[in-house]
Amino acid sequence: MEQQASEMADYIEADRVAIAPELPPEPVAPGDDKGESLLRRHVSEFLKGPGAVAGLAVLVALVAIAVLAPAITPQNPYDLSRLDIMDNVLKPGEKLGSGVTAFLGTDDQGRDMLSAIIYGLRISLAVGAISVVIACTIGASVGVLAAYAGGRVESVVMRIVDLQLSFPAILVALVLLAVFGRGVDKVVIALVIVQWAYYARTVRGSALVEKRREYIEAARCLALPKSRVVFRHLLPNCLPPLIVVATVQVAHAIALESTLSFLGVGVPVTEPSLGMLIAHGYNYLLSGKYWISTFPGIALVIAIVAINLVGDRLRDVLNPRLAR
Amino acid sequence: MSTPIIELDGVSKRFVKPLDAAEKIANLFGAGLSDEVVRAVDDVSLAIGEGEVVGLVGESGCGKSTLGRIVAGILDPSAGIVRFKGRASETLTGAERRAAQLAVQMIFQDPMSSLNPRRRVVEIIGEAPVVHGIVPAAGMDAYVCEMMGRVGLDPASRRRYPHQFSGGQRARIGIARALAVRPQVLVCDESTAALDVSIQAQVLNLFMRLREEFGLTYLFVSHDLGVVQHIADRVAVMYLGRIVELAAADAVFSAPNHPYTQALLDEVPRLEAKKKKFSALKGEIPSPLRPPPGCHFHPRCPFAFARCRVDRPALKEIAPGRFSACHLNDEPGPRPGKVFSSGAVTAA
Amino acid sequence: MTEPILSVRDLVVTFGTREGVLTAVNGVSLDLYAGEVLGLVGESGSGKSVTGLAILGLIDAPGRIASGSIMLDGAELLGRPEEELRALRGRRLAMIFQDPMNTLNPVLRIDTQMIEAIRAHERVSERAARERARQALLRVGIPSPEERLDAYPHQFSGGMRQRVAIAIALLHRPAVLVADEPTTALDVTIQAQILAEVQSLAAETGTAMLWITHDLSVIAGLADRIAVMYAGRIVETGSVVDVLERPIHPYTGGLIGSVPSRNKRGVPLAQIPGMTPSLAKLPPGCPFSPRCPRATVTCRSMMPAETPYAGARMARCHHPLAGEPLAA
Repeated sequence: MEQQASEMADYIEADRVAIAPELPPEPVAPGDDKGESLLRRHVSEFLKGPGAVAGLAVLVALVAIAVLAPAITPQNPYDLSRLDIMDNVLKPGEKLGSGVTAFLGTDDQGRDMLSAIIYGLRISLAVGAISVVIACTIGASVGVLAAYAGGRVESVVMRIVDLQLSFPAILVALVLLAVFGRGVDKVVIALVIVQWAYYARTVRGSALVEKRREYIEAARCLALPKSRVVFRHLLPNCLPPLIVVATVQVAHAIALESTLSFLGVGVPVTEPSLGMLIAHGYNYLLSGKYWISTFPGIALVIAIVAINLVGDRLRDVLNPRLAR
Repeated sequence: MSTPIIELDGVSKRFVKPLDAAEKIANLFGAGLSDEVVRAVDDVSLAIGEGEVVGLVGESGCGKSTLGRIVAGILDPSAGIVRFKGRASETLTGAERRAAQLAVQMIFQDPMSSLNPRRRVVEIIGEAPVVHGIVPAAGMDAYVCEMMGRVGLDPASRRRYPHQFSGGQRARIGIARALAVRPQVLVCDESTAALDVSIQAQVLNLFMRLREEFGLTYLFVSHDLGVVQHIADRVAVMYLGRIVELAAADAVFSAPNHPYTQALLDEVPRLEAKKKKFSALKGEIPSPLRPPPGCHFHPRCPFAFARCRVDRPALKEIAPGRFSACHLNDEPGPRPGKVFSSGAVTAA
Repeated sequence: MTEPILSVRDLVVTFGTREGVLTAVNGVSLDLYAGEVLGLVGESGSGKSVTGLAILGLIDAPGRIASGSIMLDGAELLGRPEEELRALRGRRLAMIFQDPMNTLNPVLRIDTQMIEAIRAHERVSERAARERARQALLRVGIPSPEERLDAYPHQFSGGMRQRVAIAIALLHRPAVLVADEPTTALDVTIQAQILAEVQSLAAETGTAMLWITHDLSVIAGLADRIAVMYAGRIVETGSVVDVLERPIHPYTGGLIGSVPSRNKRGVPLAQIPGMTPSLAKLPPGCPFSPRCPRATVTCRSMMPAETPYAGARMARCHHPLAGEPLAA
């Protein structure tokens, strides 16, 4: 039933285009010749899901807050000279020595929680996004090249990928960070090394399917150079599952970074991310000073849920059952 | 005859699925498994003259699509030589090789999947000519407009995506893409199978018009005998990887020699309205994994005799320009006639 | 004149899509008599498959049967509750599809599926049902049916699967069989086998068949009468001999002229210019008018009505190719 409905929809689209030889071409509806790209179509589909729109709105808001952090926070939590140990563990709503109101309380080093959360969010989002972009680029390239090459090359590469994926991510990250030391940049590198294999495997799966399609055969028939066929024809058509995976992986990367920071091997103590803040407050939870762990925890959960809502919707929209 | 533009000399194509590790281990225990080999094309020789339309017909598993792809250069043969204008493709290098590759283009079956869904039509058609220097990058737009006009598409729609066109229009885009590199031979692989009858007629007429305008040569691969009857000069009939009959179209369709051709022609539904009693060839098409020994057709052939089970019949010239691979041609005496249709027996 | 076993009147089926409500079947009326084969011919988007599905009551959202009547043996089918329809499907009404995997469950063995189909409508023991299944397979020409019963669908070739689907459809000797392009995906020799089987089976059981296809040549050999559909409407009906030799509607004439064959070797085929219209933007008046060489102002503004012609024929056309319309 759906197939027939979509066939009819195809005819509707086709009607806007002019027709065949012996008749003079019919005038085409204005504006349509710019071509409704698949992108525009996907975007309009995406916006129809209320959960996804909410998630996207929250995500955009979080990113905006993170970007504008220096302008909006009452205090710069990373500026050690501004911190006063006398301000530590103040209840939410109390005032700091400098006169600033700590709406969410302060932590054990006198940092205003609100500012710390916003700056922590900044680190978490940045680390998540950057590591995913780099890992995705590396993994996708490796995956599509392996799929196109086939044979021995593909086998060897995929065995390396399998090897990489068989180690638990946390374990690998811990080992790497123990070797590299602490620091935001080192966390990013560790996350990239942990993640790239996942993208490689995803892309290789799609590429194997796409490789057999006739438009790839046509590209070979037209004697196009191999690199062009791989990167300009094959890879763009393997993107849909990749985009979905990448979106959800941002959430995983953020969670992983938080875990590492919680365990004390991630970001430095002076520039806490959300995970580190949660770690600091852990000791105080049972003495009733809940705010140091809870508020960063809530912020983390909100970020991850928003990303997952967007990722879920993307997966539905990019389902290959739709017009291809 | 002058040098044929395409010549296939003893071409074979084998697809091998090797044993994986588990199966190899099983063999150590005496499982007796062997690699799966499909002889999709089995020792085929064919010469296509310049300007000819050669129809290649057969049913599933006969290898015609594989053969078409070998001619178009998408697949390499496992054995045998493919010659373009007398020169074997392996011996060419560099610019000559590329010219030979571009000279033979393929029109695909599925208008949906033969176009890159993420590219605009102008890029789909114009990419290869620019990459190969046929047209400078600045002139791509005008060139694409010209190509689209040639195949009957409105150039104003060139910035659209394939999904915005109907099936027949996508077929035309595929043709424009092939024409853009100025080929000399077109291999049409079931190019009209996925189209409605009225659109098929348009596309067939287009093929014929292009043939006159550009002096093209066609290898028309199809299972649809009606289409091949209409446009082909010569016809090759394939069964399980081998050519069983090769002759001028008139000869094949009015007086088929090989029993398989006879059966095929008898079973094709025709438009001449008479409610006919369908009587069919018994048996299934054998799997290409386990083709019957000797003549592949013998299990289904009503005229099979002892020799057919053992000896592979060679494609022999039985009359000037007519080739058939059937042991019956070697037997003395009158040929047994067609007994497929109800009653009437006609001598071949 | 006998009563038709299946009678469809003014059937309208609509679909709700992103671009609005489309009318896939727009006022279709046809009669099917016992023991005959009616060919329903049309191209993609003509609504022929939807008509077949509507008769079986298989239209699901976003489609719905908006109005009309479908009478089986004088009893109305539309509006009946689902349980009653289910009792009819398989017993009196059956359908076979282009892809036999639409009928066959890939994870169940053939005997399981056939026995299930038998026992859904009759109370028989499992052994008796299995024996009937074996005989049904034998009747459709499947060799060594006893072993084949234990097999799974994927172990059959395409032609065999379609035969099994036909066997299942004819298990209860239905009064009406709707076949939706069953041989389109099959090779010529296998298609010929299936058509031969179907012909003999239908003659044996007296089943009336509605054969839906785009292939005029198959209809020429198989059907008694033909109905041609375009853009959701039937534009011509009549006996196969009459319609194919002296078509009334220009679209039918165009279709016949488009079929390549030996008779027209080397000559450009008579092609119908343009393409099938979008169902959302049908022109007022006759839907074929933009492509019709005989179209006039009347055609573009007024929808032609169903006009009877001599020889039990019907056509919807203001300027028919041949034939004189009978007085109303």
